[in-house]
Amino acid sequence: MARRNSQNWNNLRAALARPQVILTVVSLTIAASLPFAVKNFILFQLTLAMVYAIAILGLNLLTGFNGQFSLGHSAFFAIGAYTAAIMMDRFDVAYYWTLPVAGVVCLAFGFLFGLPALRLQGIYLALATFSLAVAMPQILKSTPLEPWTGGVQGIVIIKPDAPFGLQLSSDQWLYFLTLAVVVLMFSCAVNLTNSRTGRAIVAIRDNPIAARAMGVDIAYYKSMTFGVSAFYTGVAGALGAIVIQFVAPDSFTFAFSIGLFVGLVVGGVGSIPGALFGGLFVLFVPNIAEHVSKGLAGAVYGIILILVIYLMPSGAAGLVRLIVGKIARKSARQN
Amino acid sequence: MKHRGLRLLTVAAIGLALGMQSAFAQKKYDPGASDTEIKIGNINPYSGPASAYGLIGKSIAAYFKKVNAEGGINGRKINFISYDDAYSPPKAVEQARKLVESDEVLLIFQSLGTPSNTAIQKYMNAKKVPQLFVATGATKWGDPKNFPWTMGWQPPYQAEAGIYARYLLEKYPNAKVGILYQNDDYGKDYVKGMKDGLGAKAATMIVAEQPYETSDPTVDSQIVNLKASGADIFFNVTTPKFAAQAIKKAAEIGWKPLHLLNNVSQSVGGVLKPAGLDNSTGVLSSYYLKDATDPAWKSDPGYKDWLAFMDSYFPDGDKTSSFTVYGYTVAQTLVQVLKQCGDNLTRENVMKQAANLKNIELGMLLPGIKINTSATDFYPIKQMQIQRFTGERWESLGPVMNGEVRGN
Amino acid sequence: MDLLLHQVFAGLSTGGIYACMALAIVMIYQAIDNLNFAQGEMAMFSTFIAWQLLQWGLPYWPTFLLTVTISFCGGVAIERVVFKPLKNAPVLSHIVIFIALFAILNSSAGFIWDFTIKSFPTPFGTAPLFGNGIISSHDTGMIAVTIVLLVLLFAFFRYTRIGLAMRATAANPESARLVGIRVGWMIALGWGMAAAIGAVAGMMIAPVVFLEPNMMLSILLYGFAGAVVGGLSSPLGAVVSGFSVGVIENLAGTFIPYVGRELKLTIALTLIVAVLTVRPSGLFGRILVSRV
Repeated sequence: MARRNSQNWNNLRAALARPQVILTVVSLTIAASLPFAVKNFILFQLTLAMVYAIAILGLNLLTGFNGQFSLGHSAFFAIGAYTAAIMMDRFDVAYYWTLPVAGVVCLAFGFLFGLPALRLQGIYLALATFSLAVAMPQILKSTPLEPWTGGVQGIVIIKPDAPFGLQLSSDQWLYFLTLAVVVLMFSCAVNLTNSRTGRAIVAIRDNPIAARAMGVDIAYYKSMTFGVSAFYTGVAGALGAIVIQFVAPDSFTFAFSIGLFVGLVVGGVGSIPGALFGGLFVLFVPNIAEHVSKGLAGAVYGIILILVIYLMPSGAAGLVRLIVGKIARKSARQN
Repeated sequence: MKHRGLRLLTVAAIGLALGMQSAFAQKKYDPGASDTEIKIGNINPYSGPASAYGLIGKSIAAYFKKVNAEGGINGRKINFISYDDAYSPPKAVEQARKLVESDEVLLIFQSLGTPSNTAIQKYMNAKKVPQLFVATGATKWGDPKNFPWTMGWQPPYQAEAGIYARYLLEKYPNAKVGILYQNDDYGKDYVKGMKDGLGAKAATMIVAEQPYETSDPTVDSQIVNLKASGADIFFNVTTPKFAAQAIKKAAEIGWKPLHLLNNVSQSVGGVLKPAGLDNSTGVLSSYYLKDATDPAWKSDPGYKDWLAFMDSYFPDGDKTSSFTVYGYTVAQTLVQVLKQCGDNLTRENVMKQAANLKNIELGMLLPGIKINTSATDFYPIKQMQIQRFTGERWESLGPVMNGEVRGN
Repeated sequence: MDLLLHQVFAGLSTGGIYACMALAIVMIYQAIDNLNFAQGEMAMFSTFIAWQLLQWGLPYWPTFLLTVTISFCGGVAIERVVFKPLKNAPVLSHIVIFIALFAILNSSAGFIWDFTIKSFPTPFGTAPLFGNGIISSHDTGMIAVTIVLLVLLFAFFRYTRIGLAMRATAANPESARLVGIRVGWMIALGWGMAAAIGAVAGMMIAPVVFLEPNMMLSILLYGFAGAVVGGLSSPLGAVVSGFSVGVIENLAGTFIPYVGRELKLTIALTLIVAVLTVRPSGLFGRILVSRV
């Protein structure tokens, strides 16, 4: 009995000593202490970067892990954002309920969109999803939906204050809320990808015929992944709406979809922590580009993108893997 | 005793005078203002679909360079910080927060675009930072009761449409009106103004309404529909590119209605010339600024000042575009407000002075048009002049008219 | 009936624009098996170069030829400089490079030539062709040029050795290399030709929509739609679909009550996605059957 206990204790210690766990704990500690060290405005930016990271993670599940090429995730982000806005503005629902509802609504839409998308591959799927992204602002502006969406005027939302009378500013509270959601959703994603379902999803990407031969129900998994991916992006959208306090059709153009895609690739396709890097990239690099040159901000951004792809063709996660691999090989050779 | 009383009185008088002077000399600053500089924030679309309007931001920057070269305002230099929002509301929110919380500007001036301004309006009013002279004519910016820190500048779109409506009711009461409008805030504001202006006759007079999106490549299909509707008045609510397309297509298909063009697109160099000067002859519009390409102003002192400014401080600027005149004039308006503030550069005083502009005349405003604001009137420019394009220049048609806003 | 006819012809005119762009997209797809997001911006940039040459006094046709040549060289240069070093990067990274190119070209064009619209001349004149203004001579000329390009492309791919080599390279680069085809140069050639076709498209489109850095944004989307629906391996399909998209969109906008005018684009795109679900390889595309 005592030996089993000590064995369990050793197993636990070994598990906790793994580099990924240590890294995660350290990063979380730093992240949790930031709100007391930096200005509200930087917090606002970091919160927004995390929101984008969740959206990019959603896209990653679909495109990175499942190989379904989507350029339409700005549409799901928009649906999530508008769901939250309509619930808060028209129905006076508290902001924390909007997150799961937005997620479920997008899950349904994503699944429904995934069904006909089953027949489409590669470029054709890209166009179909791109069409969705392009059509979404038009749909949001349309007159039949105007009583709900506020049409072109959009909906203004009130920023929530910290609950229980905590001594936190609105920005700090939203940062913590977003951080909590990030931790929750990223761990769910890790669990998903490490499970049987996750392996089935990846198998569909790598070799659909072999997967089908092994008994994987392609149609079910593909549509389900679409739904889950939309769920993630929808929750991100709802959070985004709360942080910006405003939704309008112009906020969700296909340029945003392209931005999410860039974040996905730069962070690392098929990498969950890479989504965080992607989110930070999407938020901060355009600002850096503008800082360098006001008139040629777009050109500077493009050049930065090209350099990033040169240096890290498989994204930031790919670079990390490369470096870790080199270090591991070096230490193995030394031993 | 008489001497003592007189001496006391003199001392008291001198003391009072000194005291008053020190009260006047007391400088009051909010973040962004100091003895040496005034920080002014701005958000403009320098990239993205609305990047054509970035020219306004550049014109304003050039004008402030001139002001600084000539000594600044009451001895203080202007530090003009302008950020790009790519016409995206979330980006506008981010840039506004950056300007207020990171750069700590005194006020945000001429932020452009209705969606961007809507996105930041609540924030600016909550933070009590002036959102001054916003670069959009949406009627909702003149609402001092609910948004005391937000003020527009150019004539509200509904007022302009109202002027056209009055003109139609007077001269063409039985006409059929076809409207082409951009399917967003700006377009719909004009349509509302026209409908309100026509009042009870709107339902019978307006025979067609054709929206278009900025993502449409051309408006040809809409023009064909408008012609088919039998309209003989064409109310053209489009931005420059689409205005040019509309004028060109109407001429191509042989449709010759009375053409009412919204003043956003009345630039000769930017719209009428590409569309074809012959095609544009007879187009009506209304404006409040002098057209820089109009030879009639050649010896006008206001025009000569503007030309000198462009040559010295903004030689790359497009002299044929009305955006440069717009930027120049709105910047002058802000300089007037800041001058009126004197040494009391608090945000509250900035808004107070902005609401205290009385009959201000500026070089490039059309003669007879003056800037007026009050505590209940947050529309600095309300007057416009209906004009007709002769094929070479805009000529005035009738007196300067006052625009009314019938409420939101 | 009159309105229907007018809208159909207006749709054909706009459709001509889409068809022209779709051809350039099919060209690049044949070369690299991927969609180039920057195709529209390359076309726009070429048109600006043409405009600048015209401003400097060169007459129209020499400008046309010179611009096409410059664009061809530019396309090859872009491939050699930007894409060759990234040969082994994953496909998705390539797409990010396209996006980067898009940003660079758009921003540079705005910086050099600013954002106010410019008129671009047409060699065909602007008078209406049939008197009652049903279609202008420029639009007719544009459609004619598109059809000529289509025929030339078709002949190129079907009847020339280089065309065959290019198709082989796109289909299976390894096997093509084994047969002795210089794969790298085939890809570069594909880029050059796509850029040249794009330049022609731009110079045909600019007189209608007016030249400015953002002119190709929406046209690119419609061009994609046309190319994909037509089947990315078929230039004929691209052209036919381009025209169809133009006509359908106009008819939807005119005749569908209540929401038609506001949701023109959505309706057109829904139709496209519907077509794709029924025929996943596009209307005229080759259906790929893989035997397991």
